[in-house]
Amino acid sequence: MEIENKITVPSGSASYSTNQVIEIKNLSKGFDDVPVLSDLSLQLFENENLVILGKSGTGKSVLIKCIVRLLTPDSGSINVLGKNVNELNDRNLAELRKKIGFLFQSGALYDSMTIKENLEFPLKRIKKNLSQNEINEKVKEALENVGLSDTLNKMPSQLSGGMRKRASLARTIVVDPVIMLYDEPTTGLDPVTSDEISSLINDVQKKYHTSSIIITHDIECAKATADRIIMLKDGEIYMEGTIGDFEQSSDEHIQSFFKTKILNSQITK
Amino acid sequence: MKVIGPVINKIPKLPDVKKRAIKLSENAIKKTQKVNRFFLEVGEVNLFFWLTLRASFSRNFEFKEFLRQCYLVGNKTLPLITITGLVIGLVLTIQSRPVLVDFGAVSMLPGMVALSIVREMGPVVTALICAGKIGSGMGAELGSMKVSEQIDAMEVSSTNPIRFLVVPKVMAATLMIPILVLYADALGILGSWAGANIKGDVNFILFISQAFSAIEFMDLFPAVIKTFFFGAAIGFVGCYKGFTAGRGTESVGIAANESVVLASLLVILIDLIAVQLTDMLL
Repeated sequence: MEIENKITVPSGSASYSTNQVIEIKNLSKGFDDVPVLSDLSLQLFENENLVILGKSGTGKSVLIKCIVRLLTPDSGSINVLGKNVNELNDRNLAELRKKIGFLFQSGALYDSMTIKENLEFPLKRIKKNLSQNEINEKVKEALENVGLSDTLNKMPSQLSGGMRKRASLARTIVVDPVIMLYDEPTTGLDPVTSDEISSLINDVQKKYHTSSIIITHDIECAKATADRIIMLKDGEIYMEGTIGDFEQSSDEHIQSFFKTKILNSQITK
Repeated sequence: MKVIGPVINKIPKLPDVKKRAIKLSENAIKKTQKVNRFFLEVGEVNLFFWLTLRASFSRNFEFKEFLRQCYLVGNKTLPLITITGLVIGLVLTIQSRPVLVDFGAVSMLPGMVALSIVREMGPVVTALICAGKIGSGMGAELGSMKVSEQIDAMEVSSTNPIRFLVVPKVMAATLMIPILVLYADALGILGSWAGANIKGDVNFILFISQAFSAIEFMDLFPAVIKTFFFGAAIGFVGCYKGFTAGRGTESVGIAANESVVLASLLVILIDLIAVQLTDMLL
């Protein structure tokens, strides 16, 4: 199918600055000769919540894994906070990663540690000059921010799916990141918990002044959090705009995507 | 024409030649891919070994995690080693006694059993048990961490997962397995004394003194040295298989299984090399 709606300038009033924190140029990535991302370019601006939508297998998660170099791109450049991620040595990459928070789809809490130890783990390694009292304070504050102050000594296996996501979010924000990358933050959660996570994403952005990329299938989450939306199809940008632009679009693919998602969200409610 | 005709008829038709050529080239590609995969695996093992070695000597050694792993390795296998050690000594004695009685050499029983336990049975059996218990545990633990993106999460939070996860495990296995082997040896000799007492009345002090008088330093030294290599191999294989597990849940089981098989095989091969070297040097 011919891509007709490629790159539309967002028409909504932007609440974010025009300073770029992430700039991706001509990014391509494939696995076993199967292209996943093809010549993709995008920017993330300071204090912006950028939502990336798309069907499974369109390369959304691959994109954010390339940003933190969990995956190495085949070609193209990724500039994060003015640094080309692909050209950094191990030490500089570790320094850059300290400024990036990554919320994994599964939460990725360390099974063998309590929630407190999970939060202390990155804190002790990233903010090495903190005393134990300061660490305790920060852990407590982060857990209070996500409404989990009573889970300090619990193991991840003792928490529900939503609580795990929130604990994982607390682990991510405890180190005061500049950029947040959310990989499907509401997948597998009930609508109420999904709304809570969406609110938390907005709260984190307001409180910590983060710039975020949110990968999601959840239209409600996109509506609640997005300053700007990019839709991917076949590893390329299919459309870019605000939620209003997407809702008003007459494009068949976007219509079908939004209709299905709205229907799904109505059924689950 | 009469001569050439049958020859021409024997030449396969062009489409057949084309099919055969395609099949041949497909086979060649498959074989090349297999060879490529083998060399990639060798390269991966070498890279993993190098990264582990480099991380072992880095400044930020995870001492707390190392102690935790030492406790886990020792504590997990202690009951199993206790039973196995006792049984080895007991069985060796029960099996050897009748032969020695026939030759009138029953007084050599403590020394003979002690030597076979210290030199071979203790180290190898303990290492094989550890390969099953520790190697599979490490493979499964790291494999499940890989599947649930915990290793990625560690990497993203600026922590070298090899330094935190692999180095303490390999070092703990390297240090703890020799200790477990010495413990199994001691219990084996104790089991042997119990075995000797089934059909006779042997004084404990006398039995132990006879057993130890048969063991020389050069019996014990190579046997202990090789157990460090057993431990390192078990730890390294378990961690490597877990770390390089695939993405599906099935791969956790595969990683655990491959860890046991490969670690057990390596234990046997290291033992063979150690025996040959000891034989050459002494």
